[in-house]
Amino acid sequence: MIGRITLRRPPISPAWVVLGALIFLALVVAMIRYASGLGTISNLNDNYGWGLWISFDLLCGVALASGAFITASIVYLFGGEQYRPLLRPAILTGFLGYLLVILALLVDLGRPERIWYLLIFWNHHSVMFEVGWCVMLYTFVLALELSPLVFERFGLKAPLRFIHALIIPLAIAGATLSTLHQSSLGSLYVILPDQLHKIWYTPLLPLMFWLTAVAVGPAMVILESTISSRVFRRGLELDLLGGLARVIPFILAAYIAVKIGDLAGSGELGLLTEWDLESGLFWLEMIGFVALPMVLFSLPAVRRSSALLMFSAFLVVSDVVLSRFAVGLIAIGRPEFAASYVPHPLEFAVTIGIVSAGVAAFGLVARYLPLFSEYAPSSAAE
Amino acid sequence: MAKAILFDAFRCTGCRGCQVACKQWNDLPAEVTHNTGSYQNPPRVSADTWLVMQFREVENGDGVAWAFGRHACMHCLHPACVSACPVGALYKTDDGPVLYHDDRCIGCRYCMLACPFEIPTFQWDQGLFEGPEIKKCTFCIDRLSAGMEPACVHTCPSGALKFGERDDLIAVAEARIREHPERYVDHVYGKDEAGGTSVLYISPVPFEELGLPELGSAPIQENTEDIMTKATPAVLVGMLIGLGGIYWVVKRRQEMMGKNGGSDRQEDREASS
Repeated sequence: MIGRITLRRPPISPAWVVLGALIFLALVVAMIRYASGLGTISNLNDNYGWGLWISFDLLCGVALASGAFITASIVYLFGGEQYRPLLRPAILTGFLGYLLVILALLVDLGRPERIWYLLIFWNHHSVMFEVGWCVMLYTFVLALELSPLVFERFGLKAPLRFIHALIIPLAIAGATLSTLHQSSLGSLYVILPDQLHKIWYTPLLPLMFWLTAVAVGPAMVILESTISSRVFRRGLELDLLGGLARVIPFILAAYIAVKIGDLAGSGELGLLTEWDLESGLFWLEMIGFVALPMVLFSLPAVRRSSALLMFSAFLVVSDVVLSRFAVGLIAIGRPEFAASYVPHPLEFAVTIGIVSAGVAAFGLVARYLPLFSEYAPSSAAE
Repeated sequence: MAKAILFDAFRCTGCRGCQVACKQWNDLPAEVTHNTGSYQNPPRVSADTWLVMQFREVENGDGVAWAFGRHACMHCLHPACVSACPVGALYKTDDGPVLYHDDRCIGCRYCMLACPFEIPTFQWDQGLFEGPEIKKCTFCIDRLSAGMEPACVHTCPSGALKFGERDDLIAVAEARIREHPERYVDHVYGKDEAGGTSVLYISPVPFEELGLPELGSAPIQENTEDIMTKATPAVLVGMLIGLGGIYWVVKRRQEMMGKNGGSDRQEDREASS
């Protein structure tokens, strides 16, 4: 593969140089971290053991990779055969997303060389145990779902038929594993009944994380399709994206209902009118990043315009980022030590480098593998 | 049976002998610290300091009194850190101590998040080759197994720390409160908090002034363990059956429509519902 790339001599455009530089910087930072410890390159401390990498790379990264299982479920399980043109890029985005999450964990974990201990030492009471297992298994499922690109490229018929026969079980496994770990990322914080701010703390956190992940799946497909259609100068399946967008308002409405219902149920609605940082964040999220895209996506005029679709999808993505940061960093009060945590610039460097690696990998796959064209299967199933 | 430590904040003189004894016995290096305007130094527990005495000035009606709090692992009866650890590196012993297998830990630091007392700490300055570990009070397990009491208790000159069976110490604490109700808040902290802890407190000032969080009597991990043992298997089975069922119904409908000469394409199920 590497030989092929050099043979073709890809033109070095400024974008590749910038991406390469950012990846290189992150690599250097990671080396420093491996040599002399997390404290050297991060502001993580004993009050804030989890920082930017967990909130952004893990929580947001996994949620934003949900387009893969949503699209695969629609195409393979729910009979949405017409959405097939969106499938491969969505699965690639998801697969790269999970690889980047694992890369980030290899920087964040204290003992990254032991990440496989999750396989041999089990504590089934730990939410982290479930997250670890599901992420590992689902990354494997995504790799299988994506493997036809490689098989087609090199004309390998037998493995292609093998994956094709497995595709329905894979789609069911993918949606199940995704539901489990998308929700259990929220369950991670259910162990903070006294530390997480009351507006956010609820045993229903897993449901909220799952709902937002489901809502952001189609939004990510919209963003990824629109951007890649401009970058790679190919057609845009606007009618398909519009169809996908019709799902989003229902999920966002369910999310609002669960949010408000949960606060009402625990008698904590009064907290929303205290006008402090937490209630401000709540209203910003609910009005700006949930209600607004809910209304926008339900308007036919929005669904017919690629620019408006992109804007509304961007709002949903922002909602996921905001809600994950709220739970992961902002609403965890540690007043006892008056601790504060602001990510170190080098923490940003690692995150930016990892995202750059994902963008670069997407570009390479789009260039060298049949990402946007799919061989016509004789029939949807078998 | 289960060992425990009783800390009597009324008897404590704030000498910090326990803090020093802990460092000496466990061979922990000194820390470089900065003046924070308080006797409390270092400001919190860390990988090199497993016990910190907290110094607070508390208004008690006719002036200001000093309140001394002991901040170290509480060795909970139902430890959240043990429940949170994905690889079982942290474990609870029958004798009371919560201990750590350094050869299992993957360094995810979920224990640090889970602990309501913010006790587990991480070696931030250790690279890949040193292998950073989670550090916290071990209840002096090496002394305990040799029949000795923990170093902090052994060194305490004023009798503020007492080591013994947990049930006995609860009785002692309640007796002290009964004898001198004017000295103490009428509560033994740790008897029920978070399902009970192996370090018990009695105090002349409200416990939050000693830096202790206000906790219910349910174990911290009650909800997450319910999610893991009840909700997760239910969701797993439900999703597999539900998705399989949806796939079967959709496929069947498509076949029927195909037979009836209808379109073999179906409206997106999500959108039409």
